[in-house]
Amino acid sequence: MPLIDLANPSRFLKLADSTIPWLSGLTVLAFAFGIEQAMLAPEDYQQGATVKIMFLHVPSAWLGMLAWGVMTVAALGTLVWRHPLADVTAKAAAPIGAAFTLLCLITGSLWGRPEWGTYWVWDARLTSELILFLLYLAVIALWHTVDDPSRAARAAAILTLVGAIDLPIVKFSVDWWNTLHQGSSVFRIGGSTIDPSILTPLLTMAGAFTLLFVTLLVAAMRNEILRRRVRTLHLLQASAVS
Amino acid sequence: MEATAHIDFIAAAYAAAVIVVGVLVAWVTLDYRAQRRTLADLESQGFARRPSLRGDGAIGAATGTSKQPAKEQA
Amino acid sequence: MRPLAAILVRDMRIAVRVGGGALMGVLFFLVVVALTPFAVGPDLALLKRIGPAILWLAALLASLLALDRLFASDHEDGSLDLILTGHAPLELVVAMKGLAHWLTTGLPLVIVAPLIGLFLNIDAPAEGALVLTLLVGTPALTFIGLIGAAISVTLRRGGLLLAIIVLPLTVPVLIFGVAAANAAITGPVPFGTPFTILCALTLMSVVVGPFAAAAALRQEIE
Repeated sequence: MPLIDLANPSRFLKLADSTIPWLSGLTVLAFAFGIEQAMLAPEDYQQGATVKIMFLHVPSAWLGMLAWGVMTVAALGTLVWRHPLADVTAKAAAPIGAAFTLLCLITGSLWGRPEWGTYWVWDARLTSELILFLLYLAVIALWHTVDDPSRAARAAAILTLVGAIDLPIVKFSVDWWNTLHQGSSVFRIGGSTIDPSILTPLLTMAGAFTLLFVTLLVAAMRNEILRRRVRTLHLLQASAVS
Repeated sequence: MEATAHIDFIAAAYAAAVIVVGVLVAWVTLDYRAQRRTLADLESQGFARRPSLRGDGAIGAATGTSKQPAKEQA
Repeated sequence: MRPLAAILVRDMRIAVRVGGGALMGVLFFLVVVALTPFAVGPDLALLKRIGPAILWLAALLASLLALDRLFASDHEDGSLDLILTGHAPLELVVAMKGLAHWLTTGLPLVIVAPLIGLFLNIDAPAEGALVLTLLVGTPALTFIGLIGAAISVTLRRGGLLLAIIVLPLTVPVLIFGVAAANAAITGPVPFGTPFTILCALTLMSVVVGPFAAAAALRQEIE
């Protein structure tokens, strides 16, 4: 029996307990710094103040993809090494990734309304982001349909890997689909190259969002480990009663 | 001028971010408290994790597979 | 080869006998297409324009129909355990089951599609292109569906979950299927470009589908 598998989650709990306060503090600091820079950033000569939405929009888009990447690595861990911590990581990352993808969609449509005159267009980027969101919901639905956690982990791992293969194809086909129907000139985001005065706050905010993601992931993983312990004890309780 | 015309959209975007992040943080903290509480309840009823590891036949029967308990105990 | 042929024959027999779902798919396809004019109005010009899209959507939904029983019924009566312990490679068995599913649900759709195209005011040359895209594209739907069917095999309410899992993954097939059909009817883009990509997507799903589905089955059943 791999003793390390038994030990690791407990060790992870200890690690999480000691790092979460630090991570939370760092995240708050990073956000304070990032938002200050975002507020001070000059307005875009074309888009005016709405460019400030970008400081939320782009980092959340990036995290929506990063979360799927984390889930993909965790899926390999689940299928190849059968590591329980990988199951926990994959389950904890899914709702967080879904939330950031949703935030990306919301901020995107709030940005689109003043810039394009509509909340939603079936533009390539928007559409592939929407499909990413739907896939997150499918993975979460799968986690909630299978009662046995390690079986759910393996099913979700396979769906995650298939999704990881499919997402680039979706992205590329949606790009293609867009160019088939309408010229790409209408909905070009951001204009030409990004000026450092905009880029610096953007990167700071991206760093802050990444820290937030890590903090939330570690905390959600801790919850998941605890949930599994609760489940084991409940099973024990049930078998003791019967 | 333009900035004032679109300030509501910017505010709405930041508000949405605050709400989404707030919901995530609330979910994580409330979930943590709930799990800790249930765990404490169960442990106070005498269902400790460690001693039961030895004779885990009961859990094995409950989950239906033999590999389960090792992972579950995690 | 013999066990694989036996599985193909068995699955097709199960599909066409009483209680199997082979004709159900075609009927469903007909009903969905027949309902569309009630929803969008009997405007022939409009129907002609959106005809390929309707046929593709209906085919997509129809191919989902029998999928949830594909592995689940084998799991319930125990034959899946026999297949898993048998000598034939699971990937090939799964591919055979996919082939049987396509022959009993996908192919009938392709055969009735010209008839249905008439209702939607699609003219003959476009009809040919549309049928060709369906012929090439429906296997992709089946083989992507295999993955969902394998993942949801042990679930009691697997059908709904199956649709949720499979439909987002079929987006590229839908895009290029409809794009190729439209290119043949109206578009400035030559028919060949989206059509070749559709072929590539089908070939890819024929490879990825059985492997992923077999992996899922092994994980679920053990």
